[in-house]
Amino acid sequence: MTQRKAAALISGGLDSLLAAKLMLDQGIHVEGINFYTGFCVEGHTHAIRNKDKNKEKRNNALWVAEQLGIKLHIVDIIEEYKDVVINPKHGYGANLNPCLDCKGFMVRKALEWIQQHDFDFIVTGEVVGQRPMSQRKDTMPVIARESGARDLLLRPLCARILPETLPEREGWVDRNKLLDFSGRNRKPQMALANQLGFNDYAQPAGGCCFLTDANYSRKLADLWQVRGEKRYEIDDIMLLKVGRHVRPRPHFKLIIGRDDGENNFLRGYRNRFVHMHASSHRGPLVLLDAESGTVSENDLLLAARLTARFGKGRTDDEVTVSIHDLSDMVTEYKVAPLHPDELPQEWYL
Amino acid sequence: MIMETLDARNMLCPMPVIRTQDKVNGMASGEMLEVVCTDHGALNDIPTWCRINGHTVVETVDNDHEVIIRLEVHHGA
Ligand code: SF4
Repeated sequence: MTQRKAAALISGGLDSLLAAKLMLDQGIHVEGINFYTGFCVEGHTHAIRNKDKNKEKRNNALWVAEQLGIKLHIVDIIEEYKDVVINPKHGYGANLNPCLDCKGFMVRKALEWIQQHDFDFIVTGEVVGQRPMSQRKDTMPVIARESGARDLLLRPLCARILPETLPEREGWVDRNKLLDFSGRNRKPQMALANQLGFNDYAQPAGGCCFLTDANYSRKLADLWQVRGEKRYEIDDIMLLKVGRHVRPRPHFKLIIGRDDGENNFLRGYRNRFVHMHASSHRGPLVLLDAESGTVSENDLLLAARLTARFGKGRTDDEVTVSIHDLSDMVTEYKVAPLHPDELPQEWYL
Repeated sequence: MIMETLDARNMLCPMPVIRTQDKVNGMASGEMLEVVCTDHGALNDIPTWCRINGHTVVETVDNDHEVIIRLEVHHGA
């Protein structure tokens, strides 16, 4: 019998690892696909902040693939994914996470991939009832249907409580060896991991994407509101992951580095933003995010005082702040750091 | 031996890996690629990607600001 081939969606978490492993154990040739949306938690934040410097910086999807001994194809879907985030047909979850549309989109991309690469079916680590939006019993068929994958989509961890799929009907995989996990309790997955000899895996609680994060979603919503439309570029969504975001006036906000790692990262954007830092004291690099021509002298003064507020001179009477415009012309302001009472909580995004 | 280079500076994980993957797909077995990154995570990720896809890391260089990964392409079976 020819060996059947499956493409497994690998997120880097435990569930997709187990699902792929169950297929390998049934003699299926498995290759992994990992979609990069731009919102993936993977790596970025670890790489930026100082406090995470000592954490091992590993890409979990690659790590999972290596544990399984399978190839992994990382696919950049940043551009196409915009439509999913901006116009989710099924709406958002608790934050700006369009999980149901997202899953459908990813399975559709996987379907295109298996068609191009002559693979037989698609595997995901989904479990019925585990997530409020995309993994309810009534929404799982929506993913299979709307992605076009239909019964080419196999979810080994809960297949036994779902209708039979083509790989099962055709005898490529043995349904009896598939599982019937359901609900939010993750103990069965952990027990299975243990049994299969996996004891070091990414903790599921971390979440796989920034769109499920309330703080991140608030910053993204602010960005859209200020723009007057839901639109973003990759740099916009990267910058939302970094620094404190403070909006003292509706027409501008400041992105303030929280440590050397973030200051360094923000430095990479110096030629695209008016930016400032205290020259008389140690302190953060601050980007000023505003449409050009909208910021007044008073706004710059306020920005300088805020910059001083977050540096070592915060309790001094006077701090010198250098403001670089887009042509890197520098103007120095001698300012009194903003007093904490003058910094309302609502300014923080 | 042809040595190609890929500038992946200022890109964050997993973009250096994605760009490496795309570049390698267009190269022939036996060719060498040098990838320059500022994200130190690449020092783990690109070698892992090479191991699982059958390419060989020839050398890695880690200095404060940049990491350089030199690899040899193998398109196996
Ligand atoms: S958490 Fe993010 S990546 Fe995961 S399904 Fe939801 S929107 Fe998609």
